[in-house]
Amino acid sequence: MAETAPFDEMYNADGSVREPYRALNAWLEEQPDKALTLMQSDAEAIFRKLGITFAVYGSEEGTEKVIPFDVIPRIIAAQEWRKLSKGIEQRVKALNAFLYDIYHRQEILKAGRIPEKLILQNAAFAPEMMGLEPAKGVYAHIIGVDIVRVGPDEFYVLEDNLRTPSGVSYMLEDREAMMQLAPDLFHRCKVAPVETYPENLRRTLESVAPGGAGQSPNIAVLTPGIYNSAYFEHSFLADQMGAQLCEGPDLFVDGGKVYMRTTTGPERVDVIYRRIDDDYLDPLTFRPDSMLGVPGLFNAYRAGNVTLVNAPGTGIADDKAVYTYVPEIIEFYLGEKALLNNVPTYNCTDEEQRNWVLANIADLVVKEVHGSGGYGMMVGPTSSKAMHAEFRKKIEARPDNYIVQPTLALSTCPTYVNAGVAPRHVDLRPYVLVGDRVRITPGGLTRVALKKGSLVVNSSQGGGTKDTWVLED
Amino acid sequence: MMLGRTAQNLFWLSRYVERAENMARLLEVGYRMSLTSRREGGSSEHLMSMMQAAEVDEAFAAKHKTADVDTVAHFMMFDPDNSSSVYSCLQAARTNARSVRTAITTDMWESMNGAWLEYAQIKPRDVRGAKLLGLLQWVKQRSHEFRGALLGTILRDDGFAFLQAGNFVERADNTARILDMKYYVLLPRATLVGGDLDIQQWTLILRAASAHRSYRHVYHDRYKAQNITDFLILRPEMPRSLNFCARFVQQNLDLLADFYGRKQECQEAASQLLAMVEDTSMDKIFSHGLHEFLTEFIARNNRVTDTLSDSYNFY
Repeated sequence: MAETAPFDEMYNADGSVREPYRALNAWLEEQPDKALTLMQSDAEAIFRKLGITFAVYGSEEGTEKVIPFDVIPRIIAAQEWRKLSKGIEQRVKALNAFLYDIYHRQEILKAGRIPEKLILQNAAFAPEMMGLEPAKGVYAHIIGVDIVRVGPDEFYVLEDNLRTPSGVSYMLEDREAMMQLAPDLFHRCKVAPVETYPENLRRTLESVAPGGAGQSPNIAVLTPGIYNSAYFEHSFLADQMGAQLCEGPDLFVDGGKVYMRTTTGPERVDVIYRRIDDDYLDPLTFRPDSMLGVPGLFNAYRAGNVTLVNAPGTGIADDKAVYTYVPEIIEFYLGEKALLNNVPTYNCTDEEQRNWVLANIADLVVKEVHGSGGYGMMVGPTSSKAMHAEFRKKIEARPDNYIVQPTLALSTCPTYVNAGVAPRHVDLRPYVLVGDRVRITPGGLTRVALKKGSLVVNSSQGGGTKDTWVLED
Repeated sequence: MMLGRTAQNLFWLSRYVERAENMARLLEVGYRMSLTSRREGGSSEHLMSMMQAAEVDEAFAAKHKTADVDTVAHFMMFDPDNSSSVYSCLQAARTNARSVRTAITTDMWESMNGAWLEYAQIKPRDVRGAKLLGLLQWVKQRSHEFRGALLGTILRDDGFAFLQAGNFVERADNTARILDMKYYVLLPRATLVGGDLDIQQWTLILRAASAHRSYRHVYHDRYKAQNITDFLILRPEMPRSLNFCARFVQQNLDLLADFYGRKQECQEAASQLLAMVEDTSMDKIFSHGLHEFLTEFIARNNRVTDTLSDSYNFY
């Protein structure tokens, strides 16, 4: 797969422009010299002034960086999007059904469709969640599905992020910046709006409030604080949906109910959109050394007095090893074939597969089962022989700790770089909200690998973002 | 509804912006005094008295042996170990603003964030000598800009009252300290009260409060110690006078009480502060002792902060 030319989102093999990109292409050709350079520096200034930053742990340049933004949007045709969003909806419904089952009767395990050990001995499985009834039966309310494209009709899901998927604020700010930078281009394209996301997020959160919360439930966004890498996003979302932005010490539990400390005394909290990992939520139930969470929070949750979004224990459904079973999961709960492909994944605990992997490692991608943010992974074709050797050793030592996949030829999108406009690899993270219904924002966050040839798009690894346009018919 | 922590951060956000501005004003006075000093060693003495007024003299002495202009300017402007340096104030203000982004407007945030980002870029060695006054001016301007954004954009609710209370508690504290500086600057034995040097020092104090022009509008007179202290303590129309600040603090605490529908202990503390500058005269203050009066005022002002923190669940 690595040898063939990657799919170009803008140009056909014969050099002609693909239909959804016609207006953009014409606009690009009309731009005078230096116009893009100017736009690019304007964009940088806008983002810095707004303080749209993410923290880079251990970075020498200080704790905050502006994520690079590319001024050339990525465009998705209406019919392409319809197909994608159907596949996404199917996936999130099945995953929520799976979570319900895993924390109740465990029928999928009894039926032998997934090995019991993989779930029950998994660090992401939360036994504390057994038998609990979340509002509307929803566990994962806010989901970011990572998707890559390798051909005109070929999409693969790389990962389902069901814990605390980040980046939605970039999606919104990228749109805002693009509207400021190239209003004339918007006039020529019918772009579906993404600005409804915060309102939809609020509706979703309200729809899963505990009974008795009333017409207008109190919603809090729980953040680890200003030093967290995604703090900008936490404050942005709280602001946009009119929720309180809380840190652990702002909340307390009394009589099994959660309260905020306000200027007028305690105020009841109904729904918490928490951006703190399971382990840190409640020192009484999870990690006792954690200062980030709220003592007693989990008991209040168990008592049904507060809704936690996403529910604790959802991580079991986006575990990299469970990922390989998602097509099974879809069939088991929905009785349907998966609409979106999984990337073929090799199981290193199987001797035959492991030997093949070790022999072909230079062509493969190796990911740590519990790694994220581009850490703990190796992309074979762009890694050194020493790296190959290192990962061979790692796999031999702990075969169950790694999943291995072929290197996908991620599609490319024209991108502004020093030398001008050049194709760079992209992926896509659409954002899904699940409450009383499923709401998918048209588009999502396109991440782009700014280094030539690189397939790693994570912001922590030098990736940037692009505005993503879904065209309306 | 507002988190106690949010109220606290708003209060301190505007305090730190105001403090950054006043540190710049104080340094300007110390700097100008040192330039016009006619005595051997006078320069160092003036700078030390300025730092005494700002209550950073001990922290300075712990780090530096002698107080020359460059060392003091660096300490007051850029030293992160000095919690009152302009650097520390802007950083603290920006951290507070970041914590309460949901409670302030975009204009306020951009003003604060922009000021911090620009300031953090400045290389201390580039602003020695003549450039220093320009930078002090810049600090004042950015503080004005922030206050302008605040007044022009924020809702007139409890958040506004916490911001304003912080602003004027800090300004009252600073004006009191600027005045007190005169106490620390001892006149040489041969010079009489009311002599040239005495008047020159009072003039610089007026300047520190940006009040040397407006003084003329009120008094149509030469600079006189009696008038200058009257101007900075009792005059209700002078926006940096103790009277004006105390009144504003009181008004904003009343606003909070109205907003929340209940009286609080901090209102009483604010009334006591205001009473100090309402029911008195300059004759009384001078006979009691200016320094003693100012010390008492600063203490009562601190009590306003303490009781405010209790009344509205700062933690």
